[in-house]
Amino acid sequence: MNPKPQIVTVPETSPGIPAIEVHDLTVAYRTQPVLWDVDLALPEGKLIAIVGPNGAGKSTLLKAILGLVPLVTGWVQIFGEPYERRRSWVGYVPQRESVDWDFPTSALDVVTMGLYGRIGWFRRPSKHHRATALECLEKVGMHDLAHRQISQLSGGQQQRVFLARALAQDARLYLMDEPFAGVDATTERAILTLLKDLRASGRTVIAVHHDLQTVAEYFDHVVLLNMRLVAQGPISTTFNADTLQRTYGGKLTVLTQATEALLAKRSLNSGAKD
Amino acid sequence: MELTFTARNVLIGATLLGALGGTLGSFALLRRQSLLGDALAHAALPGVCIAYLITGTKSPLPLFLGALIAGLLGSLLILATVRWSRIKEDSAIGIVLSVFFGIGIVLLTYIQKLPAGNQSGLDKFLFGQAATLVEDDLKVMAVLGAIVVAFVLIFYKEFKLLSFDREFGSSLGLPMRRMEVLLTLLLVVVVVVGLQTVGVVLIVATLITPAAAARQWTDRLGAMLLLSAGIGPTAGAAGSLVSASMAKLPTGPVIVLVSSSVLIVSLLLAPRRGILWARLRERQVAQRIRRENLLKDLYLLGERKADWETALTWPHLMGVRGQTGGELTRSARPLVT
Repeated sequence: MNPKPQIVTVPETSPGIPAIEVHDLTVAYRTQPVLWDVDLALPEGKLIAIVGPNGAGKSTLLKAILGLVPLVTGWVQIFGEPYERRRSWVGYVPQRESVDWDFPTSALDVVTMGLYGRIGWFRRPSKHHRATALECLEKVGMHDLAHRQISQLSGGQQQRVFLARALAQDARLYLMDEPFAGVDATTERAILTLLKDLRASGRTVIAVHHDLQTVAEYFDHVVLLNMRLVAQGPISTTFNADTLQRTYGGKLTVLTQATEALLAKRSLNSGAKD
Repeated sequence: MELTFTARNVLIGATLLGALGGTLGSFALLRRQSLLGDALAHAALPGVCIAYLITGTKSPLPLFLGALIAGLLGSLLILATVRWSRIKEDSAIGIVLSVFFGIGIVLLTYIQKLPAGNQSGLDKFLFGQAATLVEDDLKVMAVLGAIVVAFVLIFYKEFKLLSFDREFGSSLGLPMRRMEVLLTLLLVVVVVVGLQTVGVVLIVATLITPAAAARQWTDRLGAMLLLSAGIGPTAGAAGSLVSASMAKLPTGPVIVLVSSSVLIVSLLLAPRRGILWARLRERQVAQRIRRENLLKDLYLLGERKADWETALTWPHLMGVRGQTGGELTRSARPLVT
């Protein structure tokens, strides 16, 4: 068997420029504000989790960065330029439930859609494009199922198809909406490996993440969000009982779980040092 | 069979319409906008009436244009309502459909009370009257149809992305909203083309039925489009021949009946998605499991415990897994012979 295709390293951008800078961002659905005055500066080359309770505006933040929802105020810059000029640098993995998986198309076909921006108008995907798409499926361990109709894939496999489609975009910065939601253990491992490979190649991943127990283990950086920005920064300084309390308020069950996870990880770390 | 001139026109018109409806209907079906075509057809009626009132003629081109403009207006109104108000798409479709159709019926009644009105023949747009198709109509249909097919071929990949994952398309920088407007406009054109043949009320069937039948047989969008664009004209041709061979059978409804028959067969028999097909597979699998269980039971009791006396008694075998005698007989029969 061929060795797994490698993710090509991206050249460094000018140091000091954040991958994403969001300033004074307010988004409202009709009269109901969902994000208030969010200021963010997220570093390049990190795995960054966006964490917060339901309705905190996590998905909306991703969509606002992608220009998919209108902004009431504020601006977004990707590597120091407005999004319109950096579009090809950004890859997107929407929530799995956002599409109809009974659509008559194959896994390979969906991944090829990641290339549509590059293929351009009036042209059909060529053999070369299909080969690229197949390579992306291989990177998520799905090349055997390339020609399966997408409804015949498990939830985890569907999620990997979406990730492969984002890989086909060959972006520097990936925005992922709950990539770990409802996936099997194999997929969870595959996604984690992929995220680490992306980071090793100099890419940046920003993912909405719902499982507080794995935040510290999977990510380098965290953005705590509850309509307003609660905190942002490296896990070691930012992800603690105090910031979680401020993000989740009185929802104790979640907090207890998270605190337990934190304590467990700390004892694990100290154990390793001994 | 010798075809009269009229029958020949009807055959060509119905075949053309079937191909166009089948193609555009596939996208409408996948985008869950099956009723949009219905609304557009109803919305076109007042356009036909107003065009007649202004020009005073029933020549095809002005009536076509009237229907086209009213249909476009209706479709844009639906898109705008969904975008700017809190009304959901199904309600917006319902509102536009009934309001426009209401206006259309009022105008139609008014026209029929005019001195020359009862000869206008506009009521043919309600239920369609394919026999009134003349060669000029066919020319207009052919030109508009060619334009529609050309657009679908050119923007196939964008329409596919729009139908599957619109937000992802927007994130790639593709103008998904403009694509949606374009696809809706093409749907309006097809609906208007079909008005005279099958009428306002039944046109939706020429859009949805071939597409729904085609979906049953394939898991590829390209194949589905081709199949749907094949079922449509076949039903159109068959329907028009049937209605030509039997006097007084209206063409439009017969076409709809033919394509509905294709749909029913597809719903029942198509591999994997067909209802009967799935039931049959389920039963086969269940039978196999029961048979294997029976063998397991016999092995455990008969071979391992060497107690064939008990193992082979009916009450015992029924007791192991709580099966009825009938079920056990069915499982045992293929093992015995």
